[in-house]
Amino acid sequence: MTILVLTLLLLAVSLAAGFLGALTGLGGGVVIVPALTLGFGVDIRYAIGASLVSVIATSSGAASAYVREGYTNLRLGMLLEIATTLGAIGGAFLAAFIPTRAIAVVFGVVLLYSAWASSRPRPKEGRPSEPDPLAQRLRLDGSFPTPEGVRAYHVKRLPLGFSLMGTAGVLSGLLGIGSGAVKVLALDQAMGLPFKVSTTTSNFMIGVTAAASAGVYLRRGYIDPGLAMPVMLGVLAGSFLGARVLAGAATTWLRRVFALVVVALALEMMVNALAGRL
Amino acid sequence: MAQRERWWRPGRAEQAIGTLLRTGVLAAGLVVVAAGGLYLARHGSDRPELRAFHGEPQDLRSLGGIVGDAAALRARALIQLGLLLLIATPVARVALSVVVFALEGDRVYVAVTLAVLGLLLYSLLASG
Repeated sequence: MTILVLTLLLLAVSLAAGFLGALTGLGGGVVIVPALTLGFGVDIRYAIGASLVSVIATSSGAASAYVREGYTNLRLGMLLEIATTLGAIGGAFLAAFIPTRAIAVVFGVVLLYSAWASSRPRPKEGRPSEPDPLAQRLRLDGSFPTPEGVRAYHVKRLPLGFSLMGTAGVLSGLLGIGSGAVKVLALDQAMGLPFKVSTTTSNFMIGVTAAASAGVYLRRGYIDPGLAMPVMLGVLAGSFLGARVLAGAATTWLRRVFALVVVALALEMMVNALAGRL
Repeated sequence: MAQRERWWRPGRAEQAIGTLLRTGVLAAGLVVVAAGGLYLARHGSDRPELRAFHGEPQDLRSLGGIVGDAAALRARALIQLGLLLLIATPVARVALSVVVFALEGDRVYVAVTLAVLGLLLYSLLASG
């Protein structure tokens, strides 16, 4: 196989990963690392480097649209980015010392969690909550547009959300993913934000989190331009198309199918890692 | 303060941040596409080597090395320059947020965003 053929194959796989990642809300990074390691035999450190770069591209591209629509909570995002960037730098440093087999196993576990989290029904909107003194002092409460007009919401349990975000950062730096599933868990489940605000604020933070670990990966020589080029372009184009289709499509069944694919990838990755083949 | 608020409408920060993100991703994408074309034209028929992990050469690991090699029109360095632009996009977004919060007179969040900016610059520029 020549570099040209490999590049075209990588482009096609990344396009599919980005497309499905956007349709299901899981993000392209979650599929690209197993696809590169299992499908192409790429070393997992190179795969993570390429994935991180594509994660920055898709989240920044999507955030540019969401931010204008007024869903994103900028203050909360910035505050929690302290936790995610600290975690991401820590996770990226850890990645140099943890055996690649152990990274693959952790990746499998996180994949399984993401698949489970994405296949659950979305929580009901409109849970009433009390104002939280700490969140009020930091002016974190916000509002967002709904079909019935602008709705206000309160932010609660900030310390719990902050520590979960630290964990999301570590996983992002260690595995090269956006950790959107853990971020949404922190925002939506722990801090009680409306679902749409959670997903857009999570997406807003992913670029900064991934940039923090990408810096460390670049300096360690884990970002290979020949690999990252088709992966970044493919995932970016794929998620752009996915977001277009998402506007009208009924995605419930697709979400389930994709969750099954992710589960299969997770299991294969863990089996391969434990058998010493990664 | 009143005069400042006349041009600094609510929602303007969101517009500026959105434009910055879009421009950064687009610029990085264009550089990577152009550099990728050059790379394939020069090395398309070579054999790839990604199974064994060597780590990238020193030149492709640091800001100075990448810019230097890119100036010499080396294809892999030019791709890396595009990727660097991409990594710089969220960093620029955080820097813009510092300005936004400063214009709003929000000192707490100027400090918060400066802390995030410091962490990002540390990860990109620190040695080791």
